[in-house]
Amino acid sequence: MKNFDLIKLPFSKNNPILVQVLGVCSCLAVTAQLKPAVVMAISVIVVVALANVIISLLRNTIPPRIRIIVQLVVVSTLVVLVDQVLKAYVYDVSKQLSVFVGLIITNCIVMGRLEAFAMVQKPLPSLLDGIGNGLGYSVILIVLGFVRELFGSGTLWGYPVMEKLGLYEIGYENNGLMIMPPMALILVGLIIWWHRSKNKDLCEQ
Amino acid sequence: MDYINIFIKSIFVDNMIFAFFLGMCSYLAVSKTVKTSAGLGIAVTFVLLITVPINYLLNKFFLAPGALAWISPSLAEVDLSFLSLIMFIAVIAAIVQMVEMVVEKFSPALYNSLGIFLPLIAVNCAVMSGSLFMQERGYANIGEATVFALGSGIGWFLAIVAIAAIREKLRYSHIPPALRGVGITFIITGLMGLAFMSFMGFKL
Repeated sequence: MKNFDLIKLPFSKNNPILVQVLGVCSCLAVTAQLKPAVVMAISVIVVVALANVIISLLRNTIPPRIRIIVQLVVVSTLVVLVDQVLKAYVYDVSKQLSVFVGLIITNCIVMGRLEAFAMVQKPLPSLLDGIGNGLGYSVILIVLGFVRELFGSGTLWGYPVMEKLGLYEIGYENNGLMIMPPMALILVGLIIWWHRSKNKDLCEQ
Repeated sequence: MDYINIFIKSIFVDNMIFAFFLGMCSYLAVSKTVKTSAGLGIAVTFVLLITVPINYLLNKFFLAPGALAWISPSLAEVDLSFLSLIMFIAVIAAIVQMVEMVVEKFSPALYNSLGIFLPLIAVNCAVMSGSLFMQERGYANIGEATVFALGSGIGWFLAIVAIAAIREKLRYSHIPPALRGVGITFIITGLMGLAFMSFMGFKL
């Protein structure tokens, strides 16, 4: 039951983006369309989960003074692997994500989970915690990607939804503001608003 | 591209926070008062100013495709660019550690005011992305890369000081409880980002 909580909590009460406010940088920049958002989400889940397991296995042998460098080396090795896989199989998305794949290294979710969880827990809970936090991050990413692509360019995964529905003929216009970067911030702000109205105990005084 | 153009562009048009949302974590966490955020802004600018030129040289002479040709012509076909992520982060972590020690030794006052933020800069996305953008945009020489680093740092500094000043005033306004703190900061940053978009296409 406790293990199940590790996966469940990051979805709501302890969401990495909405509550811990970690990993915001990449979450905003890659969500103008659904496809890069999904690819980014999967990459982050893989990196967080594996990095958590590796650091958790090494946790008793890492000297505390140099732990940040050890963590960075482990994370960046994983990110290089992910980067090479993306370049090999989904080259166009990898070009679109540009530096943001590399920036998974400095993604605060990864470092935050390593510091807070993997350094003091056994490998199995660490794996679950990594997957849970990765999924919590993905949910926000996918919601943002969905809303911004649907209302910003009228497509979903490149499929012209609005055109097929025939909305353009009755005067519908795409909202260009949605694909601009600042709109992502405002959307996250609104999601946080909604989320905290549901969970009163998270409100700040 | 000349230096002034790169400088202005990296401060306003390609502002790290308002155009790319880089370094948002510390931007949101440390922007409660103007004083501490100015300290962090200076530290980030300083680290960017050191790491980007070093990584530029590293990229030019070791990592870029064909960069090893200066050692011997037989190495001209070696492409080590897949190593650049690890090399960049290693340089950044080492420099941050070194800056921390130097500042501690020679200026204890500055060290005390920055103290806790210094080690955190190693995992600040703005610093890492300074090096990655430098590599992606292919600046012509080390001067351009340095000017770009300085401009990005100043842009980040301006952004965090501006939001800290706004948040100090926000304390006296009536905001719905659920929106207080992080929520309203996100929305204000979004609005500031919209304002910064008016610089788009700006050239000198």
